[in-house]
Order: sequence, then structure tokens, then C-alpha cells
Amino acid sequence: MTDEIRRILRENARLSTDVDALSNDADLYQAGMTSHASVNVMLALEDAFDVEFPDSMLKRSVFESIAAIEAAVSELQGSVAA
Amino acid sequence: MSISVDRDQAFLAGIHRIAEEFAGPNAADVDKNARFPHEAVEAMREERALSAFVPTEFGGAGVSFEAIAEACFELGRRCGASAMVFAMHQIQVASIVRHLDGSPWFEDYLRRLSDEQRLIASATSEVGTGGDMGKSIAAVTPGADGVHNFEKQCPTVSYGQHADDLLTTVRRAPDAEPGDQVLVLTRRDQMEMEPNGTWDPLGMRGTCSPGCTVRATFPLEQALTIPFSTIAPETMVPVSHITWSHLWLGIATDAFDRARAFVKAAAKRNPGGEPPPAAHRLSHVMSELSLLRAEVSSALREFVDASEEPGRESLTTMRSALRFNNLKIAASEQAPRVCQGAMGVTGIVGFKNDTPFSVGRHLRDTMSACLMIANERIHQTNAGLLLIAKEV
Repeated sequence: MTDEIRRILRENARLSTDVDALSNDADLYQAGMTSHASVNVMLALEDAFDVEFPDSMLKRSVFESIAAIEAAVSELQGSVAA
Repeated sequence: MSISVDRDQAFLAGIHRIAEEFAGPNAADVDKNARFPHEAVEAMREERALSAFVPTEFGGAGVSFEAIAEACFELGRRCGASAMVFAMHQIQVASIVRHLDGSPWFEDYLRRLSDEQRLIASATSEVGTGGDMGKSIAAVTPGADGVHNFEKQCPTVSYGQHADDLLTTVRRAPDAEPGDQVLVLTRRDQMEMEPNGTWDPLGMRGTCSPGCTVRATFPLEQALTIPFSTIAPETMVPVSHITWSHLWLGIATDAFDRARAFVKAAAKRNPGGEPPPAAHRLSHVMSELSLLRAEVSSALREFVDASEEPGRESLTTMRSALRFNNLKIAASEQAPRVCQGAMGVTGIVGFKNDTPFSVGRHLRDTMSACLMIANERIHQTNAGLLLIAKEV
């Protein structure tokens, strides 16, 4: 999943640094992701993982790092399976 | 509970007196000469209103946010510029109070603000960022002996020449991204503020907001450690939109009151007759005013409720961003609509600047509302959020 998230970030987050140079915990906003770009990241994540982020998860902290995104997507996929 | 209610009532009684005795009587002169509302601000100092929102442990009055919003409304009814200076100062105070994160320097600063009734201005906009408050060019730059500095080109700094201190957004470091911002508080003796440009605007003339170049040197402890990207959605943006919309509502309410007084005077001249045609128009204006009032008070309620949640989680959601953006757009469009409606009721008597029913200043002051963070920019942000938000 991490690779897919990295691909989505590479295509949508418009970071000023190379995604591959970032650790899973690196702050994406500090790496240059704007709130506008984060909307595109969310749309791409919903599409790629076939999930929908509920409004309660549409907040800055959920998208601030690769690890946080992965946790959020896993949680959503888990809730569908259950 | 009763202590805090008493506190709020005492504070609001003081604000009411300032509005009636200082803001109102000087409003026309402040407007005419585009000068700072010294009398009202001095009265706020004497009333210790500048530290009203500072918690009592740091020497303030510790009033509720509802009381601050109500004060903006009361002042707005008498002088839009005085209300705007008060509101903008309280926005800076709220940003510090809610996000100082135990910083000893900021705790001391709040004590000093309370003791000396210091007035804070803000420098959040910057030339070259296209009006996006979430981006900075100026950066905290390390200098010699642990002293840091920044230089920022500001397109407007409201009452900058009259403030004691300035709260400025800057990038965290010279190599930080444009969105990686912190808030820095600097005192006048740590700054050079070089004004550029003039100040002869259509409305809100007493806010004295020409552009200026700010050069500051300061120790790093004067930067809030909580990132601006957290402070903006949790406090600065909603508090700005709520305090501004309260004072716009105040201005619109006074315009309506003047129109009502005009109609009443006309009806008295014709006792026993049908209500004059202007009375019908007044009824239309009242329905516009009640829409504005409903939007403003429900937004305040939602913000206060969300602020009481642990971690203020819901304020960081997109739904919340949309909510308070919509307040700004709705109130900034509705307030001048009410004022224009009031002018339609009063006719030439309201159009003239020197009658008891004059509403020209009200209309001009509220026309600034759509520019304070341009509505089109907010629509642009909302358009992005709406692509992903589920329940709005």
C-alpha cells in the first residue's frame, strides 16, 4: 500500500522534494503539500483504494504523512470488510 | 458559572458605555478624516478591554468568547472602524491565548499586555503571495548572538502605526516551504515599520491600513511553537470571520435602526393614516437583517461548542473550514445589502452625510467586508473542499 500511496503523492501532492526521499513519518505539509493539493491527493486515494473518507477524517492530521494516510486507508478498508 | 456570567456582563456594560460615549460621537470625524479612533481605543484601555479575553491567571478579565463577539456587535453599531480595531486585536489575543502551549515568554507577554493594555496589530498578508494567508515569503532568519530577524512587505497593516506590538506570519526558516509558517510577536521597539502608500479608502477609514515594510529583530522564543497551519483553522480563521461578521451585523443593525426611526418620524407626521410606503420597504430590510443575524449567531454557537471539545478536533475538519468560510461570504454580502436597503427606505435623507438618518458610512464600511480576504479566494478554496466533503 505504501508504494501506491507514494505513487499518488508523486502525481498529486506537488511536493517540492522527491517523494522517495521522504520517510513514512515525514510531514507532507512541511514538504510543500498545499491544502489544494491535498484535496487532489484525497480524491486519488478514494479512487485507488475504493474507499470514501467520511467528513470526520477530512482533516489535516489524517493526511500529514504517508504513515497517517496508510493508517486511515487501512481503517476504512477494515470497516468495509467488517 | 455565575462568576463568568457576571464577568461577561460587567465587561459588556463597559463596552456599551465606550460605544455610546466614545465610539459613536467620534465616528463621523474618524470617517471623514480617515483617522485612528483614539478616543474609543483609549477608553478600551481604561476599561481594560484589551485584556478582556486574557485568562485571569495572566491578569486579564477572562471573559467568554461570546462576550467578545457581542462586544464587536455593540461597537459596530456605533463605529465600524473602532469595532474593527477591537476585533482585530482580539483575534491576535485569541491566537496567543489558545496556542501559547505553556511558553513562559508568551505567558509573561500576556501579563504585560494586561498591565500595559498593549494593542496588537497583525501582518498576515504579504506582497507576492496572491492574497493567500497560508503562504509566506518572509522567513525567520538566524542572525548573530541567537537574535533572529525577518523583513516582510505587507500590502496592508491595519492600525500598524498605532499598535504597540505586531503578530506576523513568516516562514519558520529561510529554507522552509511557503506553507511552513509560524507566528512571531514583536514589540514596537524591536521593529522598523516603514509605511508605503497612502490611506484614502471608500470605507473603514479609521482602521488606517496603508501598506508597510516591516523589519524586526527578536529572540526565537517570540515565535509561537505551534505551527500557523494549526492556529489558522482552530482559531485565527474562525475567530476572524466570527468577530468581523458580528461587527458587520452591528453596522447593518444601526443602518436598520436609522431607517426605522425615519419611518416612525414619517408616520408621526401623518397620525391615524396607513403606514407610509417606506414602512413596507423597511419590512423587506428587516427580513434581510434577520437572515444575517441568524447566520452570525449560529456560527458563533457552533464555534463555541467545537472549541469546548477535547483537542478541538472538529475545527480541523473540512466541514468546519467550509462552515466558517460560508459565514464570511454570507455576512460580507448580506451586511451591505441591509445597508443599501436602509438607504432605499430613507432616500435622500439617508444618502446625505449629515442627518440623523445618514447611512452612507454604514454602506461604505460594510462594502469593505467582501475584500477582507477576498470572497473570490474563499470561493476558490471552497470549490476544492466541495470536491471531497461529504456532508456540508
